Amino acid sequence: METFLSLLLLFITAAVINNFVLINFVGICPFLGVSKKLSSAFGMGLAVTFVMTIAGLLSWTFTYFILRPEAPGTVWLFNVFGVEGVAPNLSILSYLVYIFVIAASVQFVEMYVKKFFPPLYKAFGVFLPLITTNCAILFACLEIMKRLQDPANLWGLTEAMVYSVGGGLGFTLAITIMAGIREELELNDIPKPFRGVGIALLTACILAMAFMGFSGVNSGLSKWLKKETTEQQTAADENGAAQPVDVEKATN
Amino acid sequence: MNDQPTALERFWRGIIPENPTYRQVLGMCPTLAVTTNVQGAITMAAATTFVLVCANIMVSLLRNLIKPHLRILVFTLTIATFVTIADYFLQAFMPEMSAQLGPYIPLIIVNCIIISRCEVCASKQSLVPAIADGFGQGLGFLLGLCSIAVVRELLGSGTLMGFTVLSENFWVNCGIMILPPGAFLTLGCLMAFFNWIGSKRQEKKQEN
Repeated sequence: METFLSLLLLFITAAVINNFVLINFVGICPFLGVSKKLSSAFGMGLAVTFVMTIAGLLSWTFTYFILRPEAPGTVWLFNVFGVEGVAPNLSILSYLVYIFVIAASVQFVEMYVKKFFPPLYKAFGVFLPLITTNCAILFACLEIMKRLQDPANLWGLTEAMVYSVGGGLGFTLAITIMAGIREELELNDIPKPFRGVGIALLTACILAMAFMGFSGVNSGLSKWLKKETTEQQTAADENGAAQPVDVEKATN
Repeated sequence: MNDQPTALERFWRGIIPENPTYRQVLGMCPTLAVTTNVQGAITMAAATTFVLVCANIMVSLLRNLIKPHLRILVFTLTIATFVTIADYFLQAFMPEMSAQLGPYIPLIIVNCIIISRCEVCASKQSLVPAIADGFGQGLGFLLGLCSIAVVRELLGSGTLMGFTVLSENFWVNCGIMILPPGAFLTLGCLMAFFNWIGSKRQEKKQEN
């Protein structure tokens, strides 16, 4: 139950509290470029979520087994090739590997969807190849990498997956809301210099303010979570502590 | 090749007429994320310029060898290599700045400015215009970042480059300016301002 709650907290944090677009400023290009129509914005969001999940899982696997310092795969490789006197650390290659992983997973997803889900492929259209240069995906990979550097608090595969799915859905949420607002804005009389990107940025400003309202939820939830666990612990401690007292009383 | 702009034109175009931030609207992620203070903006622009110039040099030298269908992959891998160099350099010599910029240094890899310059200029022109283009676009990016960072730092914390400009006696800091909404607000207003100036200048030209 406790792990489930902490995963839920991680999901909410990635999706809403530290929203990729509005709080971390990644994926701004599609957020401004593809948010003119609701349907295409939603398609873009789903495509990003899809690719982000796959890229997140793959980058976790690569980082855990090869790229982090003292990773098992690297140690094995260094033994096989007889490298000595150097700490087994291949993290200098991480950025190259992530770019490869993202490009490969975009290609893979494109082929798979084209073959097995033709209508979905039509809906995704040109967005799939565009995702290769979407910074949101690389950002998710980098966050996962950061969590694998510290051996005391390693992220497992589940955490990495929950984080990438949450981040992708947060992106979908932000871009869909944005598209909804921009469709309505089409009919309004906007001052000429603000037309286009200017008014979109001001809309994003108000949206970001709305999303900042969630920032307290984070500490509140984690406090509640801690209280829940400490209460259980203290209850257990009290039970444990109560017994000897009883014994003492009985002896008296 | 004769219709391609010369080196000087490339350099000048990058700064004002094709400014990456306000005219091309490219590379928005670092523009919004690292402009809470001016030092961060300058470091970010310097790192981007370094990667941009190096990538332009490599692509320009290799332009006759690159197969057209593999070009984006080659561009991205070249950029990723130089970003790794820049990232390790910052970690070694400017650890505080590196910690402040965080993931946005590695995110230079997917900065659209660099890929677009490799595609538009470096893969078609020789070395000198490509280098000039890199420096011009880098300088334009620096101007774009600094214009936002000056406004945000001044209004948000009353300082410029870390020195107090607006003293606390008569100025109340607008905390919102250094938070995410402030970034969107500043960029939106500045973009409208530059659009307005641009349209005024065009009107004048038409009258003449």
